[in-house]
Amino acid sequence: MSRLQVNELRTHGRGPYSLYIADGECVSLRGPSGAGKSLLLRAIADLDPHQGQVQLDDTPCTQIPAPQWRRRVSLLPAESQWWADEVGSHFAGRECPWLRPLGFDPEVMGWQVSRLSSGEKQRLALARALMNRPQALLLDEPTASLDAANVAAVERLVAGYRTDTGAAVLWVSHDAAQAERVGARHLWLTATGFEEDRP
Amino acid sequence: MITLSALDLSLAACLVLALAALSWRMRLGLSGQLLVAAARTVVQLLLVGLVLKALFAHVHLLWIGGISLVMLLAAGREVMARQQRRFTGGWGFGLGTGAMFVSSFAIAILTLVTIIGADPWYEPQYAVPLLGMLLGNTMNGIALALDRLTATAWQQRAVIEQRLMLGATRHEAITDIRREAMRSGMMPIINAMSVAGLVSLPGMMTGQILAGSPPVEAVKYQILIMFLISAGTGFGVTTALWLAAKRLFDERHRLRLDTLNSPRNY
Repeated sequence: MSRLQVNELRTHGRGPYSLYIADGECVSLRGPSGAGKSLLLRAIADLDPHQGQVQLDDTPCTQIPAPQWRRRVSLLPAESQWWADEVGSHFAGRECPWLRPLGFDPEVMGWQVSRLSSGEKQRLALARALMNRPQALLLDEPTASLDAANVAAVERLVAGYRTDTGAAVLWVSHDAAQAERVGARHLWLTATGFEEDRP
Repeated sequence: MITLSALDLSLAACLVLALAALSWRMRLGLSGQLLVAAARTVVQLLLVGLVLKALFAHVHLLWIGGISLVMLLAAGREVMARQQRRFTGGWGFGLGTGAMFVSSFAIAILTLVTIIGADPWYEPQYAVPLLGMLLGNTMNGIALALDRLTATAWQQRAVIEQRLMLGATRHEAITDIRREAMRSGMMPIINAMSVAGLVSLPGMMTGQILAGSPPVEAVKYQILIMFLISAGTGFGVTTALWLAAKRLFDERHRLRLDTLNSPRNY
Protein backbone atom coordinates (compact mmCIF):
# COMPACT_ATOMS: atom_id res chain seq x y z
CA MET A 1 0.00 0.00 0.00
CA SER A 2 1.75 3.14 -1.16
CA ARG A 3 0.71 6.71 -1.72
CA LEU A 4 2.88 8.92 -3.87
CA GLN A 5 2.86 12.57 -3.02
CA VAL A 6 4.55 15.37 -4.96
CA ASN A 7 4.71 18.83 -3.38
CA GLU A 8 5.70 21.99 -5.24
CA LEU A 9 8.18 20.13 -7.40
CA ARG A 10 10.29 22.34 -9.68
CA THR A 11 12.78 21.02 -12.20
CA HIS A 12 14.58 22.52 -15.20
CA GLY A 13 12.69 25.79 -14.80
CA ARG A 14 9.29 24.10 -14.88
CA GLY A 15 6.62 23.70 -12.25
CA PRO A 16 5.66 23.88 -9.47
CA TYR A 17 3.94 20.53 -9.77
CA SER A 18 1.85 19.05 -7.00
CA LEU A 19 0.32 15.64 -7.29
CA TYR A 20 -1.19 12.95 -5.14
CA ILE A 21 -1.67 9.35 -6.16
CA ALA A 22 -3.51 7.11 -3.70
CA ASP A 23 -2.41 3.54 -3.10
CA GLY A 24 -3.45 1.24 -5.90
CA GLU A 25 -4.46 4.22 -8.03
CA CYS A 26 -3.38 4.89 -11.59
CA VAL A 27 -3.22 8.46 -12.86
CA SER A 28 -2.76 9.14 -16.56
CA LEU A 29 -0.61 12.02 -17.73
CA ARG A 30 -0.68 13.63 -21.15
CA GLY A 31 0.60 16.88 -22.55
CA PRO A 32 2.15 18.44 -25.63
CA SER A 33 5.53 17.04 -26.58
CA GLY A 34 8.26 19.09 -24.96
CA ALA A 35 6.03 20.01 -22.02
CA GLY A 36 8.39 18.13 -19.73
CA LYS A 37 6.60 14.86 -19.00
CA SER A 38 9.81 12.87 -18.99
CA LEU A 39 11.61 15.54 -16.97
CA LEU A 40 8.86 15.39 -14.36
CA LEU A 41 9.21 11.62 -14.07
CA ARG A 42 13.00 11.95 -13.82
CA ALA A 43 12.66 14.45 -11.00
CA ILE A 44 10.22 12.22 -9.11
CA ALA A 45 12.71 9.35 -9.45
CA ASP A 46 15.38 11.78 -8.14
CA LEU A 47 17.49 11.47 -11.27
CA ASP A 48 17.66 15.23 -11.80
CA PRO A 49 18.24 18.00 -9.28
CA HIS A 50 14.93 19.54 -8.20
CA GLN A 51 13.25 21.65 -5.57
CA GLY A 52 10.19 20.63 -3.65
CA GLN A 53 9.37 17.37 -1.97
CA VAL A 54 8.41 13.92 -3.12
CA GLN A 55 7.10 11.46 -0.59
CA LEU A 56 6.18 7.80 -0.64
CA ASP A 57 3.76 7.08 2.19
CA ASP A 58 5.49 8.91 5.05
CA THR A 59 9.01 8.66 3.69
CA PRO A 60 10.40 11.75 1.96
CA CYS A 61 12.74 11.04 -0.92
CA THR A 62 15.61 12.85 0.79
CA GLN A 63 15.42 10.66 3.86
CA ILE A 64 16.56 7.43 2.27
CA PRO A 65 19.54 6.75 -0.01
CA ALA A 66 18.77 7.51 -3.64
CA PRO A 67 19.31 3.94 -4.93
CA GLN A 68 16.80 2.68 -2.37
CA TRP A 69 14.35 5.39 -3.43
CA ARG A 70 14.65 4.36 -7.06
CA ARG A 71 13.98 0.73 -6.20
CA ARG A 72 10.75 1.81 -4.56
CA VAL A 73 9.81 4.46 -7.12
CA SER A 74 10.60 2.82 -10.42
CA LEU A 75 10.95 4.87 -13.59
CA LEU A 76 10.42 2.99 -16.84
CA PRO A 77 11.95 5.24 -19.52
CA ALA A 78 10.51 5.50 -23.02
CA GLU A 79 13.63 3.90 -24.42
CA SER A 80 15.13 1.10 -22.37
CA GLN A 81 18.87 0.50 -22.19
CA TRP A 82 20.70 -2.80 -21.94
CA TRP A 83 24.33 -3.19 -20.96
CA ALA A 84 25.02 -6.94 -21.06
CA ASP A 85 24.87 -9.24 -24.09
CA GLU A 86 22.27 -11.64 -22.73
CA VAL A 87 18.80 -10.77 -21.48
CA GLY A 88 19.23 -12.92 -18.36
CA SER A 89 22.21 -10.90 -17.09
CA HIS A 90 19.87 -7.96 -16.55
CA PHE A 91 17.72 -10.05 -14.25
CA ALA A 92 20.68 -11.14 -12.08
CA GLY A 93 19.73 -14.75 -12.75
CA ARG A 94 16.52 -14.50 -10.74
CA GLU A 95 13.22 -16.07 -11.70
CA CYS A 96 10.91 -13.47 -13.28
CA PRO A 97 7.17 -14.12 -12.78
CA TRP A 98 6.12 -11.53 -15.39
CA LEU A 99 7.55 -13.18 -18.48
CA ARG A 100 4.54 -15.37 -19.31
CA PRO A 101 1.92 -12.61 -18.88
CA LEU A 102 3.98 -10.54 -21.30
CA GLY A 103 4.13 -13.35 -23.83
CA PHE A 104 7.63 -14.71 -23.27
CA ASP A 105 8.91 -18.22 -22.58
CA PRO A 106 11.56 -18.60 -19.89
CA GLU A 107 14.10 -19.26 -22.69
CA VAL A 108 14.07 -15.52 -23.34
CA MET A 109 16.67 -15.23 -20.59
CA GLY A 110 19.22 -16.76 -22.94
CA TRP A 111 18.45 -14.46 -25.86
CA GLN A 112 20.88 -11.91 -27.20
CA VAL A 113 19.84 -8.34 -26.46
CA SER A 114 21.11 -7.22 -29.86
CA ARG A 115 18.48 -9.41 -31.56
CA LEU A 116 15.48 -8.12 -29.60
CA SER A 117 12.89 -6.05 -31.43
CA SER A 118 11.96 -2.68 -29.95
CA GLY A 119 8.64 -4.13 -28.78
CA GLU A 120 10.35 -7.06 -27.06
CA LYS A 121 12.76 -4.68 -25.38
CA GLN A 122 9.91 -2.54 -24.14
CA ARG A 123 8.05 -5.47 -22.58
CA LEU A 124 11.21 -6.98 -21.08
CA ALA A 125 12.14 -3.59 -19.62
CA LEU A 126 8.82 -3.56 -17.77
CA ALA A 127 9.45 -7.06 -16.42
CA ARG A 128 12.94 -5.98 -15.37
CA ALA A 129 11.65 -2.88 -13.58
CA LEU A 130 9.07 -4.94 -11.67
CA MET A 131 11.83 -7.21 -10.33
CA ASN A 132 12.54 -4.56 -7.68
CA ARG A 133 8.89 -4.85 -6.53
CA PRO A 134 8.48 -1.06 -6.72
CA GLN A 135 5.80 0.64 -4.64
CA ALA A 136 5.30 3.33 -7.25
CA LEU A 137 5.60 3.03 -11.03
CA LEU A 138 6.41 5.92 -13.34
CA LEU A 139 5.68 4.67 -16.84
CA ASP A 140 6.89 6.79 -19.77
CA GLU A 141 4.88 5.67 -22.79
CA PRO A 142 5.33 2.00 -21.95
CA THR A 143 3.44 0.70 -24.99
CA ALA A 144 4.73 3.05 -27.70
CA SER A 145 6.21 0.30 -29.87
CA LEU A 146 3.72 -2.51 -29.15
CA ASP A 147 0.95 -4.06 -31.25
CA ALA A 148 -2.63 -4.12 -29.96
CA ALA A 149 -2.39 -7.57 -28.33
CA ASN A 150 0.76 -6.64 -26.44
CA VAL A 151 -0.65 -3.24 -25.43
CA ALA A 152 -3.53 -5.12 -23.82
CA ALA A 153 -1.10 -7.53 -22.12
CA VAL A 154 0.92 -4.68 -20.63
CA GLU A 155 -2.17 -2.81 -19.45
CA ARG A 156 -3.49 -5.99 -17.84
CA LEU A 157 -0.18 -6.74 -16.16
CA VAL A 158 0.20 -3.23 -14.70
CA ALA A 159 -3.42 -3.23 -13.48
CA GLY A 160 -2.86 -6.63 -11.84
CA TYR A 161 0.39 -5.53 -10.19
CA ARG A 162 -1.33 -2.38 -8.93
CA THR A 163 -4.23 -4.20 -7.32
CA ASP A 164 -2.01 -6.98 -5.91
CA THR A 165 0.59 -4.72 -4.34
CA GLY A 166 -1.26 -1.42 -3.90
CA ALA A 167 1.38 0.37 -5.94
CA ALA A 168 0.72 3.91 -7.15
CA VAL A 169 1.07 4.33 -10.93
CA LEU A 170 1.72 7.44 -13.02
CA TRP A 171 1.19 6.55 -16.67
CA VAL A 172 2.40 8.89 -19.44
CA SER A 173 0.63 8.23 -22.71
CA HIS A 174 0.15 9.99 -26.02
CA ASP A 175 -2.97 8.02 -26.71
CA ALA A 176 -6.20 9.52 -25.32
CA ALA A 177 -8.02 6.19 -25.48
CA GLN A 178 -5.29 4.48 -23.47
CA ALA A 179 -5.23 7.27 -20.88
CA GLU A 180 -8.97 6.82 -20.53
CA ARG A 181 -8.62 3.03 -20.15
CA VAL A 182 -5.78 2.88 -17.61
CA GLY A 183 -6.28 5.96 -15.45
CA ALA A 184 -8.80 6.63 -12.73
CA ARG A 185 -7.87 10.30 -12.99
CA HIS A 186 -6.39 12.17 -15.89
CA LEU A 187 -3.88 15.01 -15.85
CA TRP A 188 -2.67 17.37 -18.57
CA LEU A 189 0.83 18.77 -18.15
CA THR A 190 1.77 22.39 -18.88
CA ALA A 191 5.02 24.22 -18.16
CA THR A 192 3.55 25.65 -14.97
CA GLY A 193 1.48 22.83 -13.53
CA PHE A 194 -1.28 20.28 -14.09
CA GLU A 195 -4.76 20.69 -15.46
CA GLU A 196 -7.57 18.18 -15.36
CA ASP A 197 -7.53 16.24 -18.60
CA ARG A 198 -10.67 14.92 -20.30
CA PRO A 199 -9.47 12.38 -22.78
CA MET B 1 82.72 7.53 -23.10
CA ILE B 2 82.69 9.19 -26.53
CA THR B 3 81.37 12.75 -26.21
CA LEU B 4 79.31 14.29 -29.01
CA SER B 5 80.49 17.48 -30.69
CA ALA B 6 78.30 20.23 -32.13
CA LEU B 7 79.24 18.92 -35.58
CA ASP B 8 77.91 15.45 -34.70
CA LEU B 9 74.54 16.91 -33.70
CA SER B 10 74.43 19.10 -36.81
CA LEU B 11 74.81 16.00 -38.95
CA ALA B 12 71.80 14.45 -37.24
CA ALA B 13 69.90 17.71 -37.66
CA CYS B 14 70.55 17.53 -41.42
CA LEU B 15 68.55 14.29 -41.50
CA VAL B 16 65.57 16.07 -39.93
CA LEU B 17 65.97 18.93 -42.42
CA ALA B 18 66.03 16.45 -45.28
CA LEU B 19 62.82 14.87 -43.99
CA ALA B 20 61.22 18.31 -43.72
CA ALA B 21 62.22 19.09 -47.30
CA LEU B 22 60.73 15.80 -48.48
CA SER B 23 57.51 16.48 -46.61
CA TRP B 24 57.37 19.96 -48.16
CA ARG B 25 57.86 18.54 -51.66
CA MET B 26 55.12 15.97 -51.08
CA ARG B 27 52.82 18.64 -49.60
CA LEU B 28 52.20 16.60 -46.46
CA GLY B 29 51.83 19.75 -44.39
CA LEU B 30 54.12 18.26 -41.76
CA SER B 31 57.34 20.16 -42.35
CA GLY B 32 56.36 23.16 -40.20
CA GLN B 33 55.31 21.03 -37.25
CA LEU B 34 58.36 18.82 -37.61
CA LEU B 35 60.79 21.75 -37.58
CA VAL B 36 59.09 23.44 -34.65
CA ALA B 37 59.12 20.20 -32.67
CA ALA B 38 62.78 19.63 -33.50
CA ALA B 39 63.65 23.17 -32.47
CA ARG B 40 61.72 22.73 -29.23
CA THR B 41 63.66 19.55 -28.50
CA VAL B 42 66.96 21.40 -28.87
CA VAL B 43 65.95 24.41 -26.80
CA GLN B 44 64.08 22.53 -24.05
CA LEU B 45 66.72 19.86 -23.61
CA LEU B 46 69.59 22.35 -23.60
CA LEU B 47 67.77 24.38 -20.97
CA VAL B 48 67.16 21.28 -18.89
CA GLY B 49 70.80 20.34 -19.31
CA LEU B 50 71.83 23.73 -17.94
CA VAL B 51 69.31 23.50 -15.11
CA LEU B 52 70.51 20.04 -14.15
CA LYS B 53 74.13 21.21 -14.29
CA ALA B 54 73.33 24.03 -11.90
CA LEU B 55 71.27 21.70 -9.74
CA PHE B 56 74.05 19.12 -9.48
CA ALA B 57 76.43 21.88 -8.43
CA HIS B 58 74.14 23.24 -5.70
CA VAL B 59 72.47 20.29 -3.99
CA HIS B 60 69.67 21.68 -1.89
CA LEU B 61 66.25 20.25 -1.08
CA LEU B 62 64.54 23.54 -1.99
CA TRP B 63 65.97 23.55 -5.51
CA ILE B 64 64.93 19.94 -6.05
CA GLY B 65 61.48 20.72 -4.68
CA GLY B 66 61.18 23.68 -7.02
CA ILE B 67 62.09 21.77 -10.15
CA SER B 68 59.84 18.87 -9.09
CA LEU B 69 56.96 21.29 -8.77
CA VAL B 70 57.59 22.70 -12.25
CA MET B 71 57.66 19.17 -13.68
CA LEU B 72 54.42 18.28 -11.88
CA LEU B 73 52.59 21.37 -13.09
CA ALA B 74 53.75 20.83 -16.67
CA ALA B 75 52.56 17.22 -16.53
CA GLY B 76 49.23 18.32 -15.04
CA ARG B 77 48.74 20.82 -17.83
CA GLU B 78 49.49 18.13 -20.39
CA VAL B 79 46.94 15.73 -18.86
CA MET B 80 44.33 18.48 -19.02
CA ALA B 81 45.20 19.38 -22.60
CA ARG B 82 44.68 15.81 -23.73
CA GLN B 83 41.09 15.57 -22.46
CA GLN B 84 38.28 15.84 -24.96
CA ARG B 85 35.82 16.57 -22.17
CA ARG B 86 37.53 17.88 -19.10
CA PHE B 87 36.02 18.62 -15.74
CA THR B 88 34.88 22.18 -15.20
CA GLY B 89 36.65 24.61 -12.90
CA GLY B 90 39.70 23.69 -10.89
CA TRP B 91 38.88 19.99 -11.18
CA GLY B 92 40.05 19.91 -14.81
CA PHE B 93 43.61 20.62 -13.74
CA GLY B 94 43.53 19.52 -10.12
CA LEU B 95 42.25 15.99 -10.56
CA GLY B 96 45.02 14.64 -12.79
CA THR B 97 47.69 16.72 -11.09
CA GLY B 98 46.64 15.59 -7.63
CA ALA B 99 46.65 11.93 -8.63
CA MET B 100 50.10 12.28 -10.22
CA PHE B 101 51.44 14.07 -7.19
CA VAL B 102 50.26 11.38 -4.80
CA SER B 103 51.55 8.41 -6.76
CA SER B 104 54.72 9.74 -8.42
CA PHE B 105 56.10 11.64 -5.46
CA ALA B 106 55.30 8.90 -2.97
CA ILE B 107 56.99 6.24 -5.09
CA ALA B 108 59.96 8.45 -5.98
CA ILE B 109 60.65 9.32 -2.36
CA LEU B 110 60.14 5.74 -1.19
CA THR B 111 62.57 4.50 -3.83
CA LEU B 112 65.18 7.15 -3.16
CA VAL B 113 65.16 6.49 0.57
CA THR B 114 64.83 2.72 0.75
CA ILE B 115 66.15 1.30 -2.53
CA ILE B 116 68.75 3.67 -3.90
CA GLY B 117 69.85 5.12 -0.61
CA ALA B 118 71.96 7.96 -1.99
CA ASP B 119 73.39 10.53 0.39
CA PRO B 120 71.56 12.88 0.77
CA TRP B 121 68.43 10.99 -0.33
CA TYR B 122 67.46 13.83 -2.69
CA GLU B 123 70.78 13.68 -4.58
CA PRO B 124 69.62 15.25 -7.88
CA GLN B 125 71.53 12.82 -10.09
CA TYR B 126 69.05 10.15 -8.94
CA ALA B 127 66.03 12.14 -7.84
CA VAL B 128 65.38 14.20 -10.97
CA PRO B 129 65.57 11.47 -13.64
CA LEU B 130 63.60 9.08 -11.46
CA LEU B 131 60.82 11.54 -10.83
CA GLY B 132 60.85 12.58 -14.48
CA MET B 133 60.33 9.05 -15.70
CA LEU B 134 57.65 8.35 -13.13
CA LEU B 135 55.79 11.55 -13.94
CA GLY B 136 56.06 11.10 -17.70
CA ASN B 137 54.59 7.61 -17.64
CA THR B 138 51.98 8.27 -14.98
CA MET B 139 50.93 11.30 -17.00
CA ASN B 140 50.33 9.13 -20.07
CA GLY B 141 48.34 6.58 -18.12
CA ILE B 142 46.18 9.13 -16.35
CA ALA B 143 45.53 11.14 -19.52
CA LEU B 144 44.41 8.01 -21.40
CA ALA B 145 42.29 6.67 -18.56
CA LEU B 146 40.54 9.93 -17.75
CA ASP B 147 39.79 10.63 -21.38
CA ARG B 148 38.35 7.16 -21.76
CA LEU B 149 36.24 7.47 -18.62
CA THR B 150 34.68 10.83 -19.43
CA ALA B 151 34.17 10.10 -23.14
CA THR B 152 32.50 6.76 -22.39
CA ALA B 153 30.36 8.17 -19.61
CA TRP B 154 29.19 10.84 -22.03
CA GLN B 155 28.35 8.37 -24.78
CA GLN B 156 26.74 5.86 -22.45
CA ARG B 157 24.89 8.21 -20.18
CA ALA B 158 21.57 6.54 -21.03
CA VAL B 159 22.92 3.17 -19.92
CA ILE B 160 24.37 4.61 -16.72
CA GLU B 161 21.07 6.28 -15.90
CA GLN B 162 19.14 3.13 -16.71
CA ARG B 163 21.19 1.30 -14.10
CA LEU B 164 20.55 4.10 -11.63
CA MET B 165 16.82 3.85 -12.33
CA LEU B 166 16.96 0.17 -11.46
CA GLY B 167 18.48 1.02 -8.10
CA ALA B 168 22.20 0.77 -8.80
CA THR B 169 24.53 2.91 -6.71
CA ARG B 170 26.79 5.35 -8.52
CA HIS B 171 29.62 2.93 -7.98
CA GLU B 172 27.73 0.03 -9.56
CA ALA B 173 26.49 2.19 -12.41
CA ILE B 174 29.97 3.23 -13.57
CA THR B 175 32.01 0.19 -12.60
CA ASP B 176 32.20 -1.35 -16.10
CA ILE B 177 33.26 1.93 -17.63
CA ARG B 178 35.82 2.50 -14.92
CA ARG B 179 37.29 -0.94 -15.51
CA GLU B 180 37.66 -0.20 -19.23
CA ALA B 181 39.30 3.14 -18.46
CA MET B 182 41.71 1.43 -16.05
CA ARG B 183 42.66 -1.03 -18.78
CA SER B 184 43.39 1.66 -21.30
CA GLY B 185 45.48 3.59 -18.80
CA MET B 186 47.58 0.54 -17.89
CA MET B 187 47.95 -0.94 -21.37
CA PRO B 188 51.04 1.09 -22.45
CA ILE B 189 53.16 0.09 -19.48
CA ILE B 190 51.98 -3.54 -19.55
CA ASN B 191 52.85 -3.70 -23.24
CA ALA B 192 56.20 -2.03 -22.62
CA MET B 193 57.07 -4.56 -19.92
CA SER B 194 55.96 -7.50 -22.09
CA VAL B 195 58.13 -6.60 -25.08
CA ALA B 196 61.04 -5.01 -23.18
CA GLY B 197 64.27 -6.35 -24.63
CA LEU B 198 62.50 -8.43 -27.29
CA VAL B 199 61.06 -5.81 -29.58
CA SER B 200 62.40 -2.61 -28.07
CA LEU B 201 65.42 -1.72 -26.03
CA PRO B 202 64.07 0.74 -23.46
CA GLY B 203 65.39 4.25 -23.99
CA MET B 204 66.87 4.71 -20.57
CA MET B 205 68.85 1.51 -20.73
CA THR B 206 70.03 2.26 -24.24
CA GLY B 207 71.20 5.68 -23.08
CA GLN B 208 73.13 4.21 -20.18
CA ILE B 209 74.80 1.65 -22.41
CA LEU B 210 75.70 4.28 -25.01
CA ALA B 211 77.15 6.38 -22.21
CA GLY B 212 79.40 3.49 -21.24
CA SER B 213 77.70 1.67 -18.35
CA PRO B 214 78.10 -2.10 -18.17
CA PRO B 215 74.98 -3.64 -19.78
CA VAL B 216 73.96 -5.66 -16.74
CA GLU B 217 74.05 -2.57 -14.52
CA ALA B 218 71.92 -0.73 -17.07
CA VAL B 219 69.50 -3.66 -17.17
CA LYS B 220 69.13 -3.69 -13.40
CA TYR B 221 68.26 -0.02 -13.38
CA GLN B 222 65.83 -0.55 -16.24
CA ILE B 223 64.03 -3.32 -14.33
CA LEU B 224 63.80 -1.10 -11.29
CA ILE B 225 62.39 1.73 -13.38
CA MET B 226 59.85 -0.51 -15.14
CA PHE B 227 58.53 -1.79 -11.83
CA LEU B 228 58.34 1.69 -10.38
CA ILE B 229 56.61 3.01 -13.47
CA SER B 230 54.00 0.28 -13.47
CA ALA B 231 53.29 0.78 -9.77
CA GLY B 232 53.25 4.55 -10.16
CA THR B 233 50.97 4.43 -13.18
CA GLY B 234 48.67 1.91 -11.53
CA PHE B 235 48.26 3.85 -8.30
CA GLY B 236 48.01 7.16 -10.15
CA VAL B 237 45.37 5.90 -12.57
CA THR B 238 43.41 4.28 -9.76
CA THR B 239 43.41 7.51 -7.76
CA ALA B 240 42.46 9.65 -10.75
CA LEU B 241 39.63 7.33 -11.78
CA TRP B 242 38.33 7.09 -8.24
CA LEU B 243 38.17 10.87 -7.97
CA ALA B 244 36.74 11.32 -11.45
CA ALA B 245 34.07 8.63 -11.05
CA LYS B 246 33.03 10.27 -7.79
CA ARG B 247 32.95 13.69 -9.40
CA LEU B 248 30.65 12.47 -12.21
CA PHE B 249 27.86 11.89 -9.69
CA ASP B 250 26.38 13.92 -6.89
CA GLU B 251 25.54 12.77 -3.38
CA ARG B 252 22.07 11.61 -4.54
CA HIS B 253 23.70 9.23 -7.02
CA ARG B 254 22.67 11.32 -10.03
CA LEU B 255 24.84 11.35 -13.14
CA ARG B 256 26.04 14.94 -13.43
CA LEU B 257 27.53 15.43 -16.88
CA ASP B 258 27.33 19.16 -16.24
CA THR B 259 30.61 18.69 -14.37
CA LEU B 260 32.21 18.22 -17.80
CA ASN B 261 32.99 20.83 -20.44
CA SER B 262 31.99 20.39 -24.06
CA PRO B 263 34.76 19.02 -26.23
CA ARG B 264 37.33 21.41 -27.52
CA ASN B 265 37.07 22.49 -31.10
CA TYR B 266 40.25 21.65 -32.87
